[in-house]
Amino acid sequence: MGHVDRPLIRDVAAVAAASGVVGASFGAIAVASGLSVWLASAMSLFVFAGGAQFMAVGVVAGGGSPVAAVIAGLLLNARHLPFGMTVADVLGARWPTRLLGAHLMVDESVAFALAQASPERRKAAYWLCGGALFIAWNVGVLVGALGGRALGNPDAIGLDAAFPAGMLALLLPSLTAPARRTETEPTADGALEAERLHEAQVAAARARRVAGFAAVIALATTPFLPVGVPVLLSLLAVGVALK
Amino acid sequence: MTLLPILVLAAGTYAFRLAGPLLSQRMTLSARVQGLLTLCAIALLTALVATATLTAAGGFAGWARPAGVLAGALMAWRKLPFVVVVVGAAAVTALLRMAGIG
Repeated sequence: MGHVDRPLIRDVAAVAAASGVVGASFGAIAVASGLSVWLASAMSLFVFAGGAQFMAVGVVAGGGSPVAAVIAGLLLNARHLPFGMTVADVLGARWPTRLLGAHLMVDESVAFALAQASPERRKAAYWLCGGALFIAWNVGVLVGALGGRALGNPDAIGLDAAFPAGMLALLLPSLTAPARRTETEPTADGALEAERLHEAQVAAARARRVAGFAAVIALATTPFLPVGVPVLLSLLAVGVALK
Repeated sequence: MTLLPILVLAAGTYAFRLAGPLLSQRMTLSARVQGLLTLCAIALLTALVATATLTAAGGFAGWARPAGVLAGALMAWRKLPFVVVVVGAAAVTALLRMAGIG
């Protein structure tokens, strides 16, 4: 992985640190709602999807059945299927890396990969982010599960705003400026360069339309549908916006 | 909760995660389809950002969180470092909550 540079490490570290704190709060909440420390840790290791973990524990704590908890968690995690089709290239063709890489597929690692310009950087960003988050999340959960009650509410320090803001920052390059392609391409003549820029601008405008529709669809359906479904429905935006 | 539902959730989640790479390996994807898949990821991530910013438990999340995310968005738009965006968004939300704004 020769394409890991300092800014990337710094950005990933910020997300991983935040994820560790949220993991600690999950550990504390899970133990407070009746899970043993080892079950909370097993869940984090094997499921490794914060949203679905909070959801499943919440459903059971609220009196729901384990079946309902599993269904809610799976609905929320179904988005990984289209994610996987998008980032298939970074997982490589070899089975060991593919099996391991699939487990590291979370919103943040996909978003980090998407924000990179070259295939090599996509790969580096995905693995670095996925790996760092896996470690931070699981250590956080264990600490929270053991330390329990001492931890405060992560909302008090605004962590619930940190995640959407970070995700938005990663999305911004796809929605605005064309991705710069510097490394592999030879310096083309002016006309070719202008054409490429125009193409990139058209792509960014299309991405903005899709993003706008996606946000509207998800927000408009959230009050009426189970969690996870509105996000999946946002895929319709791709069809709507391309018409 | 016991181990069984946790393992079922884990297996199902992993199946979703692995299905994408396997499906895209079966088919040779044209550049156009690749582009559409990227748009799919953008749609999903934007929907996540929108719902995580504005909603909590099916209702409105209150003003502090969207205000923090908006501050973060402005910082990202001004090309401030990623760390500043993340910490800044959290700080704005935390300060608003400290001031009693929900």
